[in-house]
Amino acid sequence: MTATVAPLSGPSRARDPSPQDAPHKGSPPAGLAVATPMPDVIPARKRRGPVWGYVRRNPTIVVGGILLLIVFLMALLAPYLGTVDPTALAPAKRTRVPSAQYWFGTDMLGRDIYSRVVYGARVSLLVGFSVALLASVAGLAVGLISGMVRWLDGIVMRIVDGMMSIPPILLAITLMALTRGSVQNVIVAITIAEIPRVARLVRGVVLSLREQPYVEAAVTTGTRMPAIIWRHILPNTLAPMTVQATYICASAMITEAIRGFIGAGVPPSTPSWGNIMAEGRALWQVKFYIVLFPAIFLSMTVLAVNLVGDGLRDALDPRMAKDA
Amino acid sequence: MTTTARTLLQVNDLKKHFPLGGGLFGRSTRVLKAVDGLSFTVDRGETLSLVGESGCGKSTVAKALMRLYAPTAGQVVLAGRRIDDLSAGTLRPLRRRMQMVFQDPFSSLNPRMRVRAILAEPIRNFGLAKGSADLEAKIAALVVRVGLPREALGRWPHEFSGGQRQRIGIARALAAEPDLIICDEAVSALDVSVKAQIVNLLRDLQRELDLAMLFISHDLAIVEHMTHRVAVMYLGKIVEIGPRRELFLAPKHPYTQALLSAVPIPEPGAGRTRIVLKGDVPSPINPPSGCRFHTRCPQAFDRCRVEEPRLDTVGTGHLAACHLNDAAAPAVAA
Repeated sequence: MTATVAPLSGPSRARDPSPQDAPHKGSPPAGLAVATPMPDVIPARKRRGPVWGYVRRNPTIVVGGILLLIVFLMALLAPYLGTVDPTALAPAKRTRVPSAQYWFGTDMLGRDIYSRVVYGARVSLLVGFSVALLASVAGLAVGLISGMVRWLDGIVMRIVDGMMSIPPILLAITLMALTRGSVQNVIVAITIAEIPRVARLVRGVVLSLREQPYVEAAVTTGTRMPAIIWRHILPNTLAPMTVQATYICASAMITEAIRGFIGAGVPPSTPSWGNIMAEGRALWQVKFYIVLFPAIFLSMTVLAVNLVGDGLRDALDPRMAKDA
Repeated sequence: MTTTARTLLQVNDLKKHFPLGGGLFGRSTRVLKAVDGLSFTVDRGETLSLVGESGCGKSTVAKALMRLYAPTAGQVVLAGRRIDDLSAGTLRPLRRRMQMVFQDPFSSLNPRMRVRAILAEPIRNFGLAKGSADLEAKIAALVVRVGLPREALGRWPHEFSGGQRQRIGIARALAAEPDLIICDEAVSALDVSVKAQIVNLLRDLQRELDLAMLFISHDLAIVEHMTHRVAVMYLGKIVEIGPRRELFLAPKHPYTQALLSAVPIPEPGAGRTRIVLKGDVPSPINPPSGCRFHTRCPQAFDRCRVEEPRLDTVGTGHLAACHLNDAAAPAVAA
């Protein structure tokens, strides 16, 4: 075969392989241990322990998960938990203290606070989980594009910077002024504010992953870009993403409550923990329980979500036991 | 004739420069010349070792050849076809012929893919299997070939030791049925005993499959054990290239001599005169004038500071870039 290229100027000019150049055939030279066949011992796979073992390894996930499950069931079974219509007004029975009949008392319009808190869980969970899901998906898409398509990175990231420069509360008030207050609008507003956080996280992870030798190996073994993203980048992005999603969930619940508190949230006709507290704040010094009960539930739920997030972060950390 | 029928890979004046700095608007003017004009060939079934200190550009050569970096200049000819200027799409099917074994056995395997999926990827990408039964048979043959049990296929990478993982990495490279394997410090991260096993595995595979191998290493003891030819790199250039025995017995470049003198002899009391180089490797951003090695060369003279030596023939298939090998060199030259 003849080469099709310009003349070589390199060292191959005088190439003349001679038999003496073959590597050692017999005994290895000093300095190298004689290779013995490798004992093919692969440690037996650890069987997943019983339930108790899982609890012991991941106490935070279990505790957070149980708390979250309670709140979730509460929201789901709200009509069957001894509640009355949370919007029924009873001016004659307003601002009652907690009693056997009104477990958490009544507010200044005579509505049963227990019923309102139980129904309010629906709004908090809906907002928290919807925002976590939507912001994760949108942020993942933005972060992947930004991390993989280098020439788009600058443009996308400057837009993200712009989004981050708008205070979320201001964004919320603006959106509420432009549209009607509804749960959907609250979800949209919080999601928009949370997308940049996810996008930045994902971009960072993608930028470090694309330099990983296994991604380079995928390139050299002929894998196409979509398959590289799907098979090599995405699965390794999900762990930090999941953790981030739980924090977003918790932060969205708090943001929803803050928005309810300042009147830029869910309309007052729908009870949410935020607007129950907002309505009770005028009476805070005399009827503190109106604020207290939704606050306790909000804190507990946010704590539960954060516990799950912390637990997931530990469990998904590759440096921790992998088969836990 | 510069190439023979056995020539598989031919590299002509390969350069890879990295522009440095460069602010938001300003164009960068400083350039890191990681690889600065490299030429060599690798024959079918031959091992060429590329040796040199850390930071001399060895790994950049590997990445530029594999087109993980786009070369700045030069030509890469694989089996008679120029591949350095191909588009990513045109290059993809040709990648099969040139595979790479990576240095770090831990980060070179996707932690979220089982061994079976890792090995199936190249076979599927290059369409090397006819049907799923054939695919499975090929994968099974691969793990056995690199000395792992078949049960390994269902396992995750983290269930293996470093040496076992490197075997998986080798199997992945073999899965593409390549003609050339580039081993970029493939054994540097391994324990001594495991290192020897992997080196022997590579050597056996090369003989059995008639593979060409570009073995990048800084470990001269291992290089001597398994290579046919050696190329010594210093600051992005080849300073000496030649057949293994000739180069190890009669190095013609002071840098090669210094490197060889630093290889420990595993025998108590056995000594050799160490040539201790002074100073550090100069920065590839601003390499020394003349011969790049003159700042550290114990035998440097005036000419070395101004004139860059060419790679000249000093023996059969043996070239070195040093003025000392010139007939006109001063008598002090050893």
